[in-house]
Amino acid sequence: MELSRRDVLAALAAAGGGGSLAGCVAPAGDGEERGGGTLPAHATETLVAVAGVVYPSAVEGVREFVESYAAGRVAGDPGHRDGVVAAVCALDDHASAWHGDRFVDLHEGLRDPTLRTLGVDEADPNPAGRPRERVRYYLVNDLLYALYTTPTGGELAGIENPQGYPGGTASYQRGPRP
Amino acid sequence: MSGADRAPVASADVCVVGAGPAGALVAAELAPDHEVVVLEAGPRFDDSDREERMERAVRPAHGPESVWEMGGQRDAYSSTGERFYPLNRARVKGVGGSTLHWQGMVMRLHEQDFRLRSELGVGADWPLAYADLRPYYAAAERALGVAGADDNPFAPPREEPFPLPAFPPSYSDALFADACERLGVATHSVPNARNSEPHDGDPACQGYGTCKPVCPSGAKYDATRHVAAAESAGATVIDRAPVQRLEHGDDGERVTAAVYATPDGGRHRQAAREFVLAAGGVENPRLLLLSASPQYPDGLANSSGAVGRYFMDHLFAGVGGTVDRPTRQNHVGFNTTESHQFYDRPSGERGAIKLEFLNYAGPSPVEVALGGDEWGDELLSTVRERYGNHVAVGALVEQLPRRENRVRLDPSETDDRGNPVPDVVWSLDDHARRTVERANEIQRAILDELGADVTWTVGPENTGPAFHHMGTTRMGDDPSESVVGPDLRTHELRNLAVVGSSVFPTGGAMNPTLTIAALSLLAADGLRERLRRAQ
Repeated sequence: MELSRRDVLAALAAAGGGGSLAGCVAPAGDGEERGGGTLPAHATETLVAVAGVVYPSAVEGVREFVESYAAGRVAGDPGHRDGVVAAVCALDDHASAWHGDRFVDLHEGLRDPTLRTLGVDEADPNPAGRPRERVRYYLVNDLLYALYTTPTGGELAGIENPQGYPGGTASYQRGPRP
Repeated sequence: MSGADRAPVASADVCVVGAGPAGALVAAELAPDHEVVVLEAGPRFDDSDREERMERAVRPAHGPESVWEMGGQRDAYSSTGERFYPLNRARVKGVGGSTLHWQGMVMRLHEQDFRLRSELGVGADWPLAYADLRPYYAAAERALGVAGADDNPFAPPREEPFPLPAFPPSYSDALFADACERLGVATHSVPNARNSEPHDGDPACQGYGTCKPVCPSGAKYDATRHVAAAESAGATVIDRAPVQRLEHGDDGERVTAAVYATPDGGRHRQAAREFVLAAGGVENPRLLLLSASPQYPDGLANSSGAVGRYFMDHLFAGVGGTVDRPTRQNHVGFNTTESHQFYDRPSGERGAIKLEFLNYAGPSPVEVALGGDEWGDELLSTVRERYGNHVAVGALVEQLPRRENRVRLDPSETDDRGNPVPDVVWSLDDHARRTVERANEIQRAILDELGADVTWTVGPENTGPAFHHMGTTRMGDDPSESVVGPDLRTHELRNLAVVGSSVFPTGGAMNPTLTIAALSLLAADGLRERLRRAQ
């Protein structure tokens, strides 16, 4: 199922701290950090890598969705941006200690176990908590919140108007599709 | 911004304490012709923050009190009764008050609700009859833009259509309707204070599914609408201005000033000709008790000893489970079908029961996704497994007024201004337990008829409050037993009115806000007349 621009807009609307798609461009991808109010390219790449682990395999267009969502999410919300960057640092520290590489540089098969050895799977999300709790909040749960409040994420779960998405008042009256 | 310097307003006619629905309606009614000032303890929230509050409500890292910034020393409280009362989950302090987080269900009380003592020998009679309040109910429905239909065979008589068409029933309502029909249980629509179509400059419901505690679209009524109307008509609204005490004159017959604090540590005196206490069912009695004076050592308007007494809430009763087919829950955050068939009491043995057929039974997909310890395909499987086939029937259940249930001052703990915090003393009696049990019987019968696998029950042992604070400044004709008269004025201080559900002598089992609104409009009529006569 393909994530679309409509899904990005829905995810940004649900994440009230976020900005808009205006001026949104693909991250530099060369490790250069962009200016204030934007997310460093490495942080965006890490979010894409984490999404590759936590999003279901049936979802397509993950990179474009995450890049656009992440850029819009931090625009005008420096606190969230700083939280994401700090969580990426925490995840990289752990990945480096265990495998000698940053999270994005790990082989894809190592990313899931790396999150688990940090304890992110069982951690309570906490924006001011321990490293695994911040990774859970700013990386994993932020991505899951973005996905499951979109029409496409909702459709995957069996609901075309998921909580957090302003999908109108027609769908609640309809029965299941055959 | 209105009242930006938080200075008192000179020559005020009316001082309203509290900018929730009760106070906002009074202010909006009187502001066109009088100088009105509203003192609100909490902040003025920015509408543009509502999506952020919605995220806070959905994501598990944030507690429910954080959504509208409740808690901390400002809102410290005690709860020393048999049952813990989660006060700060039950209210919002700020411009708009608790309508910022309410569900938005608006029903009229039934005729029987007004005469329980004389008809059934329990509770208390109101000093008003349904007929007295009926025109105010109609006006309140117009003011709140209620969406409803005249299809409820158990509702009291009404005189005009609802302002907006009712929300159509949900898919799961149809499943319930069949089961209920086989059982002889009549179902009908729900009056909602949310726009089923664009109305008066506000949008139609957009289906965010998070009505309680946040409506990001503004389609759900909240009292900021009437605060805005009051300000447009010239009223001054001062936020973050908690009233510390009411002062009275030497004759003890009139309030002379409301003393309020400001964020900069200042204290001010707001004088006015008339005062309206509209701070909710806990802060209304608390402020009267905090305003004790040598002449009134037990608190203002408290010669009856009833201030703070007879605290009531509605109890939640519910049965839920799953069925073997999709039920399409959590598309919206409000209900579209109820049954009031079991509302009126056949005797004094049990109280009123209002059945609600939930449109949000079971977890939503995003709630499952954020609360688990899986991800990827495994998480999606769990989401699909846990979402989709839940059903639930809830109920509001009546609690009778009991003198021992009360709001009192706890001098052992103080708030951020050094005032004793409120202590909510709350317990259940056998009458309430019996009524919850009866609600559960009906709910189980319906779910059995639906073929549901029942997985949870909220019964007498694990019931909780519906967050409707009532009874603590009760209305009555007899000054020795009540705090305010049928015109909502206190028996002792003739320029002090109290509005809100604290004046309810009994609470029935209907969500209280429509009655709160109707009583505010009634009180405003009295205030308007008194101000006219004084001119």
